Formats: sequence, structure tokens, C-alpha cells
Amino acid sequence: MQTEATYNYKVVRQFAIMTVVWGIVGMLVGVVIAAQLVWPELNLTSWLSYGRLRPLHTNAVIFAFGGSALFATSYYVVQRTSHVRLFSDGLAAFTFWGWQAVIVAAAVTLPLGMTSGKEYAELEWPIDILITLVWVSYAVVFFGTIATRKASHIYVANWFYGGFILAVALLHLVNSCEIPVSLFKSYSCYAGVQDAMIQWWYGHNAVGFFLTAGFLGMMYYFVPKQAGRPVYSYRLSVVHFWALIFTYMWAGPHHLHYTALPDWAQSIGMMFSLILLAPSWGGMINGIMTLSGAWHKLRDDPILKFLITSLSFYGMSTFEGPMMSIKTVNALSHYTDWTVGHVHSGALGWVAMISIGSIYYLIPRLFGRKEMYSVRLINVHFWVSTIGVVLYIAAMWIAGVMQGLMWRATNADGTLTYAFVESVKATYPFWSIRLLGGLLFLSGMLIMAWNTWKTVAGQKAYDAPVLAPAAGQHA
Amino acid sequence: MSDFVSGFWSVYVALVTGVSILGCGVFLWMQSKVKQVPAGAEPELKDHVWDEDLQEYNNPLPRWWMWLFYITIVFALGYLAVYPGLGSYKGSFGWTSAREYEDEMQKANAQYAPIFEQFARQDLKSVAADPKARQMGERLFVTYCAQCHGSDARGAKGFPNLADSDWLYGGEPEQIKQSILEGRNGVMPPGLLAGEEAKDAAHYVRSLSGLAADSIRVARGKEKFAASCSACHGPDGKGMQAVGAPNLTDQTWLYGSSETTILEGIAKGRNNQMPAHKEFLGEAKAHLLAAYVYGLSADAARTDKK
Repeated sequence: MQTEATYNYKVVRQFAIMTVVWGIVGMLVGVVIAAQLVWPELNLTSWLSYGRLRPLHTNAVIFAFGGSALFATSYYVVQRTSHVRLFSDGLAAFTFWGWQAVIVAAAVTLPLGMTSGKEYAELEWPIDILITLVWVSYAVVFFGTIATRKASHIYVANWFYGGFILAVALLHLVNSCEIPVSLFKSYSCYAGVQDAMIQWWYGHNAVGFFLTAGFLGMMYYFVPKQAGRPVYSYRLSVVHFWALIFTYMWAGPHHLHYTALPDWAQSIGMMFSLILLAPSWGGMINGIMTLSGAWHKLRDDPILKFLITSLSFYGMSTFEGPMMSIKTVNALSHYTDWTVGHVHSGALGWVAMISIGSIYYLIPRLFGRKEMYSVRLINVHFWVSTIGVVLYIAAMWIAGVMQGLMWRATNADGTLTYAFVESVKATYPFWSIRLLGGLLFLSGMLIMAWNTWKTVAGQKAYDAPVLAPAAGQHA
Repeated sequence: MSDFVSGFWSVYVALVTGVSILGCGVFLWMQSKVKQVPAGAEPELKDHVWDEDLQEYNNPLPRWWMWLFYITIVFALGYLAVYPGLGSYKGSFGWTSAREYEDEMQKANAQYAPIFEQFARQDLKSVAADPKARQMGERLFVTYCAQCHGSDARGAKGFPNLADSDWLYGGEPEQIKQSILEGRNGVMPPGLLAGEEAKDAAHYVRSLSGLAADSIRVARGKEKFAASCSACHGPDGKGMQAVGAPNLTDQTWLYGSSETTILEGIAKGRNNQMPAHKEFLGEAKAHLLAAYVYGLSADAARTDKK
């Protein structure tokens, strides 16, 4: 065993702490815009109006919170499963500071109204360039570490992280192709229905790779580690990995059902969305079955509760997604709050909960402790956030189906039964329940912040020594 | 019309799609040949170990999951045989979204048109008096007009109140119908007066409807008004419905009655548009709407008289 070499935990620590910070910021903005729907008077100034804060919320939770969690865990996992220190400390540090600069730039420009108008890709061209630089550095650090690994095989978590890094690079470069007209304004390279198709090819794969493949990588490390059990099936991981990354790429057109997009493209999008069900569930099965034989651990391990609950929400939303891509269902659900509920069952239930579980696993280890300051508080966090998610998505389901039914209801003479504003009025109670659900989830994050503070304060940063791979497995 | 610039792309798309879907099935089949472990037996454990204790069993693919995967693949192939999806191949059902829309519209027209026609043949004033027609008119109004004029038809800044008895273009039922069908474009030219002259005119305009105004400016403004404004708003300021020039002597203000707002109107002019709805709504719906709106203002006129 080498004693002098250590893993680079510094960058992992930085990203892990920022995951908690950006989680609070992003979810706070979410709570603010949820409150603005209930009380429109809260749109105090144009900078803090719903239309500008909504993209700030999505960018903050996806790229700042989710992104930091992915950076932290992927850097931790790739080092430990490659049995080698990160490929480049300098580039890794650049990815941290560069990514934070992107987030701060987003937090300034979006409220100022600077936007390219593309959902989940609103940031203007100078920030897009910085994202590209950070992402290329990320790829170099990650794949450089893989290339210099001391273990002969590449662990399954790294396939998913690697797929996520490559696909996001491709998505960002193609969709953010734009022609600048000034420092803060650009126009898309594409026009009309092609622009819409590329946007939703990007948008859906941002879900598929940023919010799914990356977090499956997280799942494949932290679930078996925390459960202390081998992964259920290597074969299943091979099949669902290739099937998942292949079919996701085709599913984007289901965002454009019944639009100017040609019928053939809509059909293909719907078919591949249906085929996507099994590959998605492969990940859930492999995660949950890893626990088989150790179910009792769920009783007193709140980290495992977070991880396994997140997989349940993952399974639920990846069933709901293909169902909503069916044209007949989509005709009812599209443009309603059902979509918002679906997104949050994935974003809060799956993405946030698996990140929270993983970060609770990481933080004590990064500061030389055995566990978090308070395990009881992790348990409290678990229940508060679970109740929050359930309130949120149940309210949005009911609201969405109600809106869809109200919009299509007609009288005997063919006139619409309800004016649009009547559906808005009918939604108010559900928006209030959603606000409550969001508040609970945010409160959970505040509990996490306090627990993290108590765990970290006065504690020395700890860098674990690089482990030699198990005997006979040197590259 | 084809969606493809040449026949090549149609074939290309069809091939790539077909091969990709079939490929998923072939891949699954190739990977599924690991034998089931007998019940109770320990599954195979792969011999790689990462990070001290990370290992993998090699359990076979769950059968139910494989069937789920196969079923979606077969369904996809079946769907693409009957619906459009493989390049320019139309599918055996010959379905298109455009045709589905046309069929639904045709069916709806056949069902509902007689109800509308029955009112379209009647004179607008008698339609306005018919309770059933008013109910239909109200539903149409909250669907098509409320976005600008409000659910109660009382308008907002820049959007006229339709529930009073004051009209820019005339409140006779036929004139209202004309506004709906052909739209209106109200233009006040910018910059006819500027500086002190504009200010004087603004005070004079305010005095016309009894609002507080500087009497010296009012006297001066009267001349400016006669020279620059009366062509449209009339020598007495009572407006001209033929061009939609508002009456300035009443209490109705489309944009507001403050000095600042009036000065803004003089300096920058006003350009206001009611879009034409002939193509979008058609004659019969416009007929019901005109009657409904006329009915609102007739109610208002009766209340005024009381």
C-alpha cells in the first residue's frame, strides 16, 4: 500500500459543500415562484418577476445543485474505483471555480432579463463559452483518471458518469450554437421547427443524461457501498446502460406532439419513449435488488432510506414519462401542471434525494469522521422531504388533470364550458399545497445545512490515502 | 407535401429508425442467454473488486423485465406499420394529424353550425334579447375577448370598456359587428403640438370634461386645439366615430386623464388595434358576440337612464 499518495478530496469537499449551498438557493427561488403563483402581488420588480426567476430556479437546481453533486460524486467515485489520484489537480480546481463562476453569472444575468430564450439553456453566449471550457476540462480530468487507473476494469458507475459527460458536451455544443449580436444577446443558429426540434432534443437529453445517467452513476456507487452488498446484476447493468443511452437520444419529439413538427418525427419520438421504459427500469431494479438480503438495514439507516426512496421515485417517473409521451395522454397532459408534477417527481424524488443520500455519505468521510453529526437529523430530513415531495406531486397531478379536463370541456352548443381564467382560479388550492410541499423540501435542506455545519466545523480536512487495487487486479 | 428534400432522406430516416428499433431487440436477445440460477442457489459473483468491497453479482436479466422490453419493441414496430413514422411511408391507416383536425372540425361544424345559424338569421337586436343567445355569447366572449377586454367586458388601460354606453366607433349592433369582423385601427398622429403649446392644449382638454385645469392655459389651449386637434376630435371636442376619435368631453378615458398621460398621447401619438376576427371566428360567431356586447351596453344605457 502506498502511504504518501492521497486522493484529491479537496475538489470533492468544495463541490460537496456547494451542493448543499446551491440546493438551498435553488429551492428557495422555487419556493418564491411557487408563492408568486398563489400571490401574484409578490412580483415586486421586473428583476424578481416570475418570468425571470423561473429560469433562475431551473438553472440553479439542475446545474448548480445537481451539477455540484455530480462533480463531487464523480470525482470521488472515479478516483476510488480507479485506485489513483485525479488526473490533474489544476484542471480539477479550474472546473470548480469555473462552474461557480457560471452559476454566479447565471444568477446575475437571468434576473436582468438576459436570455437566449431556450429552456434549460437560457444563458447567453459568453457564459456558454465558459461552460464549454469547464466541461472540456471536466472530461479531461475524468477520462484522464480512467486512463491512468490501476484497476483493470472500469467500474459500472464510471460508464454512466462518462456517458453523461460526453453526451452533455454534445448537447451543449449543438443546441447552444448561436450568432452573437452584442455582448449579451445572440440568436439561435436554427430557425422554426428545426430550432424547436433541436431545443427538445437537447431538453429531453438534459433530463436523460444530466439528470438520469449522471445520477445512475451515483446510484451504482453509493447504493452498494451503503448497503454493503454486491451490485445485483452485471448483465443487467450492461444491457440497460447501452439501451438507455441509445434510446434517450430519440425521445425528444414527444415534447412537440401536435405541433408543426412532422407526424413521422412525432411518431418516432413516442415509440422510442415507450421503448425507454425497460432500460430506465433496469437501473431501478439493479439498485433496489442490490438491497435484497439486507432489507433490515432500511430500518435504521436514513442514508439508505434516501437512496432507496429515490429509486422508487425514479421508477415512478420513468413509468409516467413514457405514458405521458403517448399522444392521446399527451393531448390531456401537455401544457398543464401535470408536466410540472412529473418533472418534480423526478427532480425532487429522484435527483435531489439520491444526491442528498450520497452527500450525507461523503461529508463525514471528507472531514475524517465516521458519520454525520446527527443521524437522527438525517432521519428527520428524510421524512420532511418525503412528505414534501408527495404533497407537491399529488397536488400537481390533480391540478394538471383538472386543467386538462376543464380546457377540453364543451357545452351542448360547442362553446367551451370554462374560460381559461376559470381553470386558473380552480388551481389556486393546489398551488397552495404545492407551495407547502416545496417549503417542506426546502426546510429539509436547511436541516441538512445545519447538520453539515456541525459535522464540518472545527474538523480538519481529510485526504484518504490511495488504495492499491485488490490482489491480481492491477491494470 | 413531403417533409423531405429528396427521396434519399426518407429512405435514410426509415432505415435508421427500423434498424435502431430492431437493434434494441437483437441486443437484448444476445445478452439474455445467461441461464437462470436454480432457486436457492447463490448467483455468480464476478471476481473484480473495486475500492475495497465493491463487487457485482451476475444475476440473469429478470424475465418479466425482458418481456416488458420485447413488448415495447414489438408495439413500436406495429405502430410504425400503421402510423406515419418510417420516412415518407404513410402507414396503413393513412392517418395524419392535419386530417384528424379537419375531420373533427367537420364533425363539430355539422353538429353545432345549425345552432349558430338559427341566430345568424335573426336581427341582432332580437338575438340580444334572447336569453339562450346571450348565454352562448357570454361563453364566446370569455373565450375569445376576455384576454383584452376582461371577463366583465369593462376593459383596461388601452382596451375599451364594452359594458358602458360610450363608443369609439359607434354602438349600433351593426357597427359592433363590423368592429369584430374587420377589426379597427385607431391612430392619433404624434407630435402635432409640442412644448408649452402641448401643455396648453392638455389643460384645455382636461377642462372639457370638467377636470382641474389652469385657466390661463385653457384659454391659450383652446386656440391650439382648434388648429391642431379639432379635425378629428371635432370643434367641440366631442370626437368623431367615423375615425374612432374619442369624445374628450366625457368621463371615459382610454389611457387615463392625467396631464402626463394626455401629454404622452400628444407627444408620441397613439396606435391601437383591434384585430379582425372574420377569418378566425366566422360570421355566425361574430353575430352572437356582437349581439352579446350590444346587450351589455344596452343594459348599461338603461341603468344610466334610471
